[in-house]
Amino acid sequence: MTYTQAAVLGVVVAVLVDLLVLRTSLVRRKIFWVSYAVILPFQLLTNGVLTGRRVVVYNADDILGSSTPTFLGDGRIVYAPVEDVLFGFALILTTMALWVFWGKRESARLSCSGRTGPRQRSRPSARSPRAR
Amino acid sequence: MRLTYAGVLLFIVLATLPLELVLHTRVYRRPRRLLLTLCPVAVIFLAWDLLAVRADHWSFDASHTLGLELGPLPVEEVAFFAVIPVAAVLTLEAVRRVLGWQVGDE
Repeated sequence: MTYTQAAVLGVVVAVLVDLLVLRTSLVRRKIFWVSYAVILPFQLLTNGVLTGRRVVVYNADDILGSSTPTFLGDGRIVYAPVEDVLFGFALILTTMALWVFWGKRESARLSCSGRTGPRQRSRPSARSPRAR
Repeated sequence: MRLTYAGVLLFIVLATLPLELVLHTRVYRRPRRLLLTLCPVAVIFLAWDLLAVRADHWSFDASHTLGLELGPLPVEEVAFFAVIPVAAVLTLEAVRRVLGWQVGDE
């Protein structure tokens, strides 16, 4: 398997974990995409240093471009292979989904034990009056 | 320079620290939840990293790393899988604080 194939697979698995395994559905929430949009430029900046200065070197057979870092083009974006953007997306989505998953469990536990806290308030719009 | 990779990680930690200190994201202050998040992520992505190094997808230039190695990985690469996830969670919590949007754990 090439890095290109592994990176695409990584994104697919991360989305499935978010939707079906952890059931956090972050990819359906605006807050996830806004957070990702904040992170992406920083990823490009820091990854650009690591790849542009050849701290990490990639095998040309396993990426879309060549092993020479180009600022833009030749399968590269700010020196990094485009595959790294997919890798980063999978890493960030998996992390955020797990964080929210454990937060959900905590909120559920707190409401079961009858303790009150700001995080257990349910959103009024989540339940329609007729459903009660 | 041997500090390149370590310097990048330090920059990320310092640049995201104000989110905790100024915006009160309470990420470092919830160590249990943070560890429960970091451990599976580290296991999964370090496995990917190890397989990728073995398959020769990428390699590390020893002239840019501290020289401490954990198996085939420089210690910085292992730390990467703690630093980046923490920065991601800090960002998510900071966006929640600023915009007041829900993430689904309320």
